[in-house]
Amino acid sequence: MSAAPFDLVAVWAVIIAFGVLMYVVLDGFDLGVGMLFPLFKERGDRDAMMNSVAPVWDGNETWLVLGGVGLFAAFPLAYAVILPALYLPLVLMLIALVFRGVAFEFRFKSRHRRWLWDAAFAGGSTVAALTQGVALGAFIQGIKVADRAFAGGPFDWLTPFSLMTGVGLAAGYAMLGCGWLIMKTEGPLQQRCFALMAPLGLVVLGFVAAVSLWTPFLSPAIADRWFSWPNLAYLSPVPLLVAIVALALWRALRRRRQALPFVLTLCLFVLSYLGLGISLWPHAIPPSVTIWQAASSPEAQRFLIVGVLVLIPVILGYTGYAYWVFRGKVTGAGYHS
Amino acid sequence: MNGFEAADLARIQFAFTVSFHILFPAFTIGLASCLAVLEGLYLWTGRAEFRRLFRFWVTIFAVTFGMGVVSGVVMSYQFGTNWSRFADATGDILGPLLGYEVLTAFFLEAGFLGVMLFGWDRVGRGLHFFATCMVAVGTLISSFWILAANSWMHTPAGYAMRDGRFVPADWFAVIFNPSFPYRLAHMVLAAYLTTAFVVGAVGAWHLLRDSYNQPARVMFSMAMWMAALVAPIQLVAGDLHGLNTLEHQPAKIAAMEGHWTTERGMPFYLFGWPDMAREETRWALAIPHAGALILTHDWNGEVKGLKDWPPDQRPHSTTLFWSFRAMVGLGMLMILTGLVSLWLRSRRELYHARWFLRGCVAMGPAGFAALIAGWVTTEMGRQPWLVYGRMRTLDGLSPVLPGNVALSLALFIAVYAAVFGAGVFYLLRLMAAGPDHVAPPASPRGEAAGMRPLAAAPAEPAP
Repeated sequence: MSAAPFDLVAVWAVIIAFGVLMYVVLDGFDLGVGMLFPLFKERGDRDAMMNSVAPVWDGNETWLVLGGVGLFAAFPLAYAVILPALYLPLVLMLIALVFRGVAFEFRFKSRHRRWLWDAAFAGGSTVAALTQGVALGAFIQGIKVADRAFAGGPFDWLTPFSLMTGVGLAAGYAMLGCGWLIMKTEGPLQQRCFALMAPLGLVVLGFVAAVSLWTPFLSPAIADRWFSWPNLAYLSPVPLLVAIVALALWRALRRRRQALPFVLTLCLFVLSYLGLGISLWPHAIPPSVTIWQAASSPEAQRFLIVGVLVLIPVILGYTGYAYWVFRGKVTGAGYHS
Repeated sequence: MNGFEAADLARIQFAFTVSFHILFPAFTIGLASCLAVLEGLYLWTGRAEFRRLFRFWVTIFAVTFGMGVVSGVVMSYQFGTNWSRFADATGDILGPLLGYEVLTAFFLEAGFLGVMLFGWDRVGRGLHFFATCMVAVGTLISSFWILAANSWMHTPAGYAMRDGRFVPADWFAVIFNPSFPYRLAHMVLAAYLTTAFVVGAVGAWHLLRDSYNQPARVMFSMAMWMAALVAPIQLVAGDLHGLNTLEHQPAKIAAMEGHWTTERGMPFYLFGWPDMAREETRWALAIPHAGALILTHDWNGEVKGLKDWPPDQRPHSTTLFWSFRAMVGLGMLMILTGLVSLWLRSRRELYHARWFLRGCVAMGPAGFAALIAGWVTTEMGRQPWLVYGRMRTLDGLSPVLPGNVALSLALFIAVYAAVFGAGVFYLLRLMAAGPDHVAPPASPRGEAAGMRPLAAAPAEPAP
């Protein structure tokens, strides 16, 4: 393995991080659409909202499976420690995803219980978003490991910090969903989303700031990563770019741009994600296990990376094609005009 | 003692979630191929009933596939939450296999599913057919990888041990491990049979109401051809799988047969009650030499008995004895159904013999029942091993509290019962409504069909 021209383990860390980011932004917007459901009472609006994500949600959720399975393959130790540590939030997330996933089909099959599947869709999306945020916070703040296994208690994940990241990520997903609906709908539904977007954006920026300020206090290593010289100079573009994106978003909303609010929200997610990555690198399980310690054998990593490098571009290609087939405004809002 | 309780609960949880899950993909593997054939026939012949049948079954496919996806996401996290020591030990082997399943199958299915379900009006016929084929191919590729992973746990090969962990030494040997070809063939055939009997039951149900219902005739006829051709092939595949198991997991075979003492020319028990404590099969009704004939294809072949293994390495014979017989019995009924259908077809009574149509309705769930019985047989027969002969089930458990496992198990049972109960209800209602209720022919975007993406789905008949 020492003969390899590059650090395979680091490449794998980037691949897993990419997979998780794809999941966060893609399922993020369709979970966000579900979270906004209760704000729209009219059946036509709800049909349009659901139809805007129905053809793609399944592919979006596949990135979550890739994240889980990729971790299992490339960093089995991380998989084997993180999942038991986050047992309850993950089980709740899975159950929430069951409810909102079946709602796509059941809602249109039900005669008298449509409200039930509306509630399953909205509730499932909200709980999934919250638990993912809580899991993220618990991961950032660190997990106790001993003898290649989780060594903490069943409620270690539950802290003020993780609750804050839970609400923060849920707000972020709602903002992504709102941006998606601005892009995919028209008429009164779109106008309401325009009105929602600015306050949502402010809330999300507030959470981004709170997490950014709180995280360095969790560990001296993270504070050192950001505030030591010359890192400070190299890394200062990240918060600066966040500010620029926020301003651009403000302008885009005032000018009633259709696609730009969604795209800029995506940028905001990517930047925040990058910031977290900078804080946590190179840990597979913060604060004690690095990616090299958690990695599977080179034989395993080499075997799967061939498939990843060949197939991920192909997957992105046909996933892009599927989005392109369903491009344009959703026509489902026929009833309420 | 706590560890033991958590292990029991974790095993029940895995068995419960995976048993529920397998029902959906087993049906969608067969149905996806069926849909590809229906759409291909429609494009080839232009006959309206093929299209009508496609639109009918694709709505059923959509509901089933949705349930398969959400119950499958749960599975991809079960290894880690409850079986983390197993995950850590086998991640190098099983992780890449499942990784390839996601990359080559799940994305393919999910990517083209949207086009297949909602793209009827948005892409050309050829492209739509291509999407349907990709979904079908995806389901088959998925079975390839997941069964390679499962088979490796039964007949591990191509690995080396490094610090107590399994690491790959020869990927070809890992994937094509000794039991894999047999298990794959047996499972894919089982999926096709499961679908055939559901399709046949729906066809029969509608023929009982109107024996001149053309789409019902087409689906019933197709299903009965499948039963007549595939059920006998499955018997051969199952027999070969059994011989393979005898070679690699003889304890499983002994438990399946309630066979305690190594002997030549062992009998086959039609009935009996293997008693684990007394180490004998009570109240046995035996056919002399038949067991040896079936298992070794030799009148006086020798088969090892369960007593050759220490008690803590014996699979639970009482369960296996009966789950195996349930599977084989259902398989025999399927073969019989196929044969009778050929006979009735030759007399031109296939669509009119009401007794047979009723029988086929009753056989609708037979595939699912046989599938579960078969999985119970093979997986309980793997015990007490998680990786056969190498890692014990108890050693794979996560360091989690029994309370956590119990709570999540209770949640899964309650949620699955409610959600999948509702799903099965909707499925049965769609099936009962039949192809006549399928949405009107595809319309240009913006008209009725375009209002909902479920243009393929007849939601609810107008109230």
